[in-house]
Amino acid sequence: MTMTAMPETEIAAPPRRFRQQAIAPWLFLLPGLLFFSVYVIVPIFQSFQISFYDWNGLDRPDGTSTAVYVGLENYRDLWDDPDFWTSLRNNAIWLVLYLLAIPGGLFIALFLNQTVTGIRLYKSLFFFPFVISQVVVGLVFTWFYDPTFGMINELLGLVGLGPVNILGDTRYATYGIIAAGLWPQTAYCMILYLTGLNAVDPEQIEAARLDGAKGPKMLWYVVLPQLRPATFIAFVVTVIGALRSFDLISIMTDGGPGFYSTSVLAFYMWDVALSEFGFRMGYGSAIAVILFLIMLIYIAGFLWKMYRDEKGV
Amino acid sequence: MFPTPIAKTSRTWQLTYQTLLPVAMVLWLLPLLAVMWFSIKPGADFTTGNYWGRPSSFEGFANYFLVFTGSDMPRYLWNSVMITVPTVAGAVALSCMTGFALGVYRFKGNLLIFFMFVAGNFVPFQILMVPVRDLTLDMGLYDTRIGLVLFHIAFQTGFCTLFMRNFIRALPRELIEAARVEGVSEWRIFWYVVLPLMRPAIAALAVLIFTFIWNDYFWAVVLTQSPESQPVTAGITSFNAQYRAMYHLMSAGSIVAAIPPVAMFFAMQKHFIAGLTLGAVK
Repeated sequence: MTMTAMPETEIAAPPRRFRQQAIAPWLFLLPGLLFFSVYVIVPIFQSFQISFYDWNGLDRPDGTSTAVYVGLENYRDLWDDPDFWTSLRNNAIWLVLYLLAIPGGLFIALFLNQTVTGIRLYKSLFFFPFVISQVVVGLVFTWFYDPTFGMINELLGLVGLGPVNILGDTRYATYGIIAAGLWPQTAYCMILYLTGLNAVDPEQIEAARLDGAKGPKMLWYVVLPQLRPATFIAFVVTVIGALRSFDLISIMTDGGPGFYSTSVLAFYMWDVALSEFGFRMGYGSAIAVILFLIMLIYIAGFLWKMYRDEKGV
Repeated sequence: MFPTPIAKTSRTWQLTYQTLLPVAMVLWLLPLLAVMWFSIKPGADFTTGNYWGRPSSFEGFANYFLVFTGSDMPRYLWNSVMITVPTVAGAVALSCMTGFALGVYRFKGNLLIFFMFVAGNFVPFQILMVPVRDLTLDMGLYDTRIGLVLFHIAFQTGFCTLFMRNFIRALPRELIEAARVEGVSEWRIFWYVVLPLMRPAIAALAVLIFTFIWNDYFWAVVLTQSPESQPVTAGITSFNAQYRAMYHLMSAGSIVAAIPPVAMFFAMQKHFIAGLTLGAVK
């Protein structure tokens, strides 16, 4: 950087120092801001724009785009598109059921928050599903559910039930995928709570114990309030994870069985925009905009809380 | 400590707990153990219907050997390395600077820019997909590793900036003030005073980003399509198409694809968890 090359003269020091302090942050920000604007901020606005066009993603030989302005037509088409509503409904199911990862993670964290030999290894092994890619999680669960050799049917067979083809049945497929997603997500929440439990004030616990609090009461009135930061982060990452669900659906059912019965907006958008039957970039962007607006509710809430924390400090 | 330490409870509960632990763990990892079991069986077991019984012969070595020699798997793994490592370096470098700028200086728009990074890090990928794919095509970087790397660096900068800025915020300000009084230039303060203190944050971020990027699937299928550039998450689909219904090989392939981030996690566990649980404790 050129700044280090600046000659240091004693007399001119104070004004230059001030100027340096005013310019320095912008120089430090420049590369990051540039990258982030080009690849994240600007594309958000471009997607809004593209959603008003009918476009197959191609350019004419002279370099101009083949997009045709259609106003709100993509959004009107969405309204009459049953697959869009299926996806939206599945998104809602994901959102609700995914939140089970939070109590699930808390439960495992409480179970593992002990000091016996080998507990560190147990904690790592319980956390381990989160580190594996969702693609592999999807494959693992696809085989786990397989109607001919899957372990789940093997187990059901032992108690005289089954076989069920979970991923091949429109009634169960979405739930089967969500269960697969809950596996790593619960592990994530578990690690957040384990860290939180580590920081719980032992004196408060002892004091409450002397007052006769124990079990669920202690958990609810003494421990959980202290775990609020962990719960908040668990909530944020779980909601984001639920709305981003794409990998598992793509790997496990590819949106099927039938027409988009396990699709969510993230998957439907991708499939519409880059499907084998022709690219519909405008329509896809309209779906993306809807998904973005749903996510924006949560983003705004998160920023609002951060803003309050910043001002509080 | 909550719940009550096991050492202070009844002998029966202690014994129950000690037996419950391994049982619970096996149940928790059951789907994964099943795949490991598959990956050491010979292919013949699947045609004869011997899915869960004892393998008729131990073929672990042969199966994994074939994964590495009979398919594009080594190439996909190499692509993953060549996508992940530069992304980690780039995102960490950029966010050290942005985090420093936003954590140390007070200027108009500081919080606004910070919030922009945070918000951008949460947006659904789909809202970026069409323009980013288009941009990558226009730059002639579609289906190249570098095209994927550039996007990943940019996107990860959002999360990394959040992380770095909060970390730098927690450092003692007196250090920087003292250096300024000494007449040290801002760049040197960054390089010689702050950066050395950021080592734990850099380590934590590096392992986290490594895992995130290694496991990325969505952008891999949007921005690449050939074995020359596809990372292992996308390549595994072609691998599975090549070995359709050969479950012993598909299982071995999945395990190979999953190993690098798992190894990274176990090697750098402390940093990984410190990074992941940032903010979980006040």
